[in-house]
Amino acid sequence: MTPTPSSQPDSGRVRLPYERAGVDSAVGSILAAAGRHGYTDASKFALRLAVEEAMANAHRHGHRGKPDDAPILLEFRVTDREAVVTVEDTGPGFDPAGVPDPTLEENLERPSGRGLMLMRAYMTSVTFNERGNRVTLVYRRPAGRA
Amino acid sequence: MPAEDTRLRTRTHGDVTVAEFIDRNILDEANIQMIGEELSTIVEKSPRPKLLISFSNVDHLSSAALGTLITINNKVKARNGQLRLSNIDPQIYEVFVITKLNKLFQIHDTAEAALKSFA
Repeated sequence: MTPTPSSQPDSGRVRLPYERAGVDSAVGSILAAAGRHGYTDASKFALRLAVEEAMANAHRHGHRGKPDDAPILLEFRVTDREAVVTVEDTGPGFDPAGVPDPTLEENLERPSGRGLMLMRAYMTSVTFNERGNRVTLVYRRPAGRA
Repeated sequence: MPAEDTRLRTRTHGDVTVAEFIDRNILDEANIQMIGEELSTIVEKSPRPKLLISFSNVDHLSSAALGTLITINNKVKARNGQLRLSNIDPQIYEVFVITKLNKLFQIHDTAEAALKSFA
C-alpha cells in the first residue's frame, strides 16, 4: 500500500561510530522518513547509496589514523520536496577538487576514488564546508514524479 | 576460516568457479574485505582462473565493493584468466554505467550466458 505523503518534515541528528548496526539504523531512519513522504524505491536507492558513501568516506578518509570508534555526526531533514543529509567527521578535512576522475581511461583500473562521483551522480547537489570535513547531500525529488 | 564466516556461495561448473554473494547488501567494510579475500583465494588457486561472479541476490553495493571487484579483475588478468559478472539488478547496473566499469568488466544478463562466454 502506498503511504499518504506527510506534509510534516522528518528530521534527526545522531552521532555514531562507523559500525554496521548503527549505520544501518541511521540510514534506515532516513529511508523510513523518505517512505513516509512517498519517495519511490529509486529515490530511496539513491539516498541510501549517497549516505552510505558519505559515511564510508568519513570513516575511511576523514578519520584515517583515528580510533575506529571516532564518532560521525549525521543529520537529516526530509520533506515532500527534498531530502537534505549532512555527514561530518572530526578529521582535518580534504579538498574534493583533488580527487581524480575515476572514469578516465587511465584511472579505470584503480580500485578507489568512486564514492564522491557516485554521490554527485545520484544527488541534486553535493557540497563541502570550507574545511572539507562536512558534506551536505541534497536530493530534490523529480518534478511530477512520486 | 569457519564456514559461517563465508560471505560467498561457490560452486564449480566445468573449469569455471561460480561465486554468489550471500548478503543482499554489499556495504559493510569488514564483509567487503572478507569477500575480497575469498575471491583472491579462488583466483590464486588456479594458474589460469575462470571466475563468474553472480549478483543475483544483491540489492545494494558500495564503491568499496566496486574497488574489490577491480582488484580481483586485476589479479585475474595478471594470471591470464577470465572474469565474468552476471545477474546484475538494473539499479546496480546503472552504478557500473555511471562509473564506466561496464567497460572494464564483461557483464552478462544471466549466468548461463556468462558461462557460454568463457573461452
